[in-house]
Amino acid sequence: MTKWLSISDVKEKIAATSAEEVTASYLELIGKSSINGYTCTSDGALDTAKMVDKGEVAGPLAGVPIAIKDNISTKGLATTCSSKILEGYVPPYDAHVIERLKEAGAVILGKTNMDEFAMGTSTESSCYGVTLNPWDHERVPGGSSGGSAAVVAAGEAPISLGSDTGGSVRCPAAFCGVVGLKPTYGAVSRYGLISYANSLEQIGPMATCVGDIAAVMDVIGGYDARDSTSIDKKIDHQAALVDDVKGLKIGVPDEYFGEGVDSGTEKAVWDAINKYEEMGASWENVSMPNTKYALAAYYTIAMSEASSNLARFDGTRYGPRNDGENWHVMASRTRAENFGKEVQRRILLGTYALSAGYQDKYYLKALQVRTLVKQDFERAFANFDVLMAPTMPLPAFKIGEKVEDPLSQYLTDVNTVPMNLAGVPCISVPCGSSDGLPVGLQIIGNHFDEATLIRAAYSFEKNTDHNKARPGEVA
Amino acid sequence: MITKDEVEHVGWLARIEIDDAEAEDYAVKLSSVLDYFGQLDEVDTDGVEPTYHVADIMNVFREDVVTPSLDQKDVLTNTAEEKDGYIKAPRII
Repeated sequence: MTKWLSISDVKEKIAATSAEEVTASYLELIGKSSINGYTCTSDGALDTAKMVDKGEVAGPLAGVPIAIKDNISTKGLATTCSSKILEGYVPPYDAHVIERLKEAGAVILGKTNMDEFAMGTSTESSCYGVTLNPWDHERVPGGSSGGSAAVVAAGEAPISLGSDTGGSVRCPAAFCGVVGLKPTYGAVSRYGLISYANSLEQIGPMATCVGDIAAVMDVIGGYDARDSTSIDKKIDHQAALVDDVKGLKIGVPDEYFGEGVDSGTEKAVWDAINKYEEMGASWENVSMPNTKYALAAYYTIAMSEASSNLARFDGTRYGPRNDGENWHVMASRTRAENFGKEVQRRILLGTYALSAGYQDKYYLKALQVRTLVKQDFERAFANFDVLMAPTMPLPAFKIGEKVEDPLSQYLTDVNTVPMNLAGVPCISVPCGSSDGLPVGLQIIGNHFDEATLIRAAYSFEKNTDHNKARPGEVA
Repeated sequence: MITKDEVEHVGWLARIEIDDAEAEDYAVKLSSVLDYFGQLDEVDTDGVEPTYHVADIMNVFREDVVTPSLDQKDVLTNTAEEKDGYIKAPRII
């Protein structure tokens, strides 16, 4: 049975059998899956695995299967952002992270389901329908990288890539009980990531253990001239896999435990913080007063950037094209018919926030509030090594529960968006459960201090059993 | 509060065709979100610089040299209509 293997388990299995056999067993599991985690599988997966077996492909991830979020460009493999407007689109090039993964010998299994254009917290806005949470099929897997988290939680891939604009890696990681990292802004090239809100988003890995997160980051991280926001700083993630938090100073921001935080979630997170104290770390409360404005600032900025980034989907260069007597009518119809409702809402709101007369009131104001949110983090990191909080204020919600009222879904992002505004790295690790559903502990670090994050997360994993919990075999 | 007329105007700016019934629905849903954004007015931002993005970089220059790029044939594979190596679109005006 090929379920829930770590990268080192996969390598052992390849040594005992073959890369081809390992990939074939994953493809078989995917074929029988009932969670709708993949949007497509790759015809080339077995070929790559065979090349690994022949020794034609080597590298740190040789033969290791990986699932890729559907907004990361893969040459020759459909990439649609789970949107009708990119139906049939096959990228003529690979994203930077895909080039790196291929050089490292990884086997791309397929593309994973997501909220359309990464806009959502539930994967319900996908044109392919929702992905089911492997822990409870009546619940959402989180989003927007819901497919990437669910397939790892279900054992249908050992590792995956997602993208995180306002929590889109951490939220589904928490809801599905896996580990997910959002790197420092600029640490991973966005070349080939189809933009939603470019000043906020980063590609990040998901896995069943912290060691695998570090292994993937050592492959995909680093400078790339094709992303003008890429920053040239070398981080050795795997060197940070050290079980030692003695003397670690933890800040616990009061504002992240506000009203609306589910009591089971709060308890699991405090148990984790107390565990750290037992392990030799210390903690203190810290106030981050601008947190309460972060959500409004985040959505204003994200929607404004989206209205500009998604202008390219107009029926001209790719995707379906509707009829119209001129280009404007063609584009307006193509976009009305092929963008989903949530994407249309965000484009309209972003266009409004950037339109004449409103730009200073909404967009500029939000950028100023962003500065204040960032300063909260700067003050906190002057005194603490890491901050800890619940990743999500509640466990996975029911499918359909938050579809009709968009604002109710936006509010669940309250603990994940401030880090994207500030560009700081953060990781969600399993820390227990609430009503039988996984809870994620969010650990937040200073810019480019992924090493401390990984050390803290790894130590927790080594000293607790939370990351060994797996969903039951739901039929 | 955003009116139905404003929704239609924004729809035109964003090139999204919106019919009457949709405009009504958008006016309600978008207004509730804009109300929520309105809480930013409470924040005193006098003299605060905006943060467009967090990396402390302004302009990124490179040497003006020719490097390999995508093949024209590959670029054209995804368009709805192609003619003589160009992407064909309906007239603009």
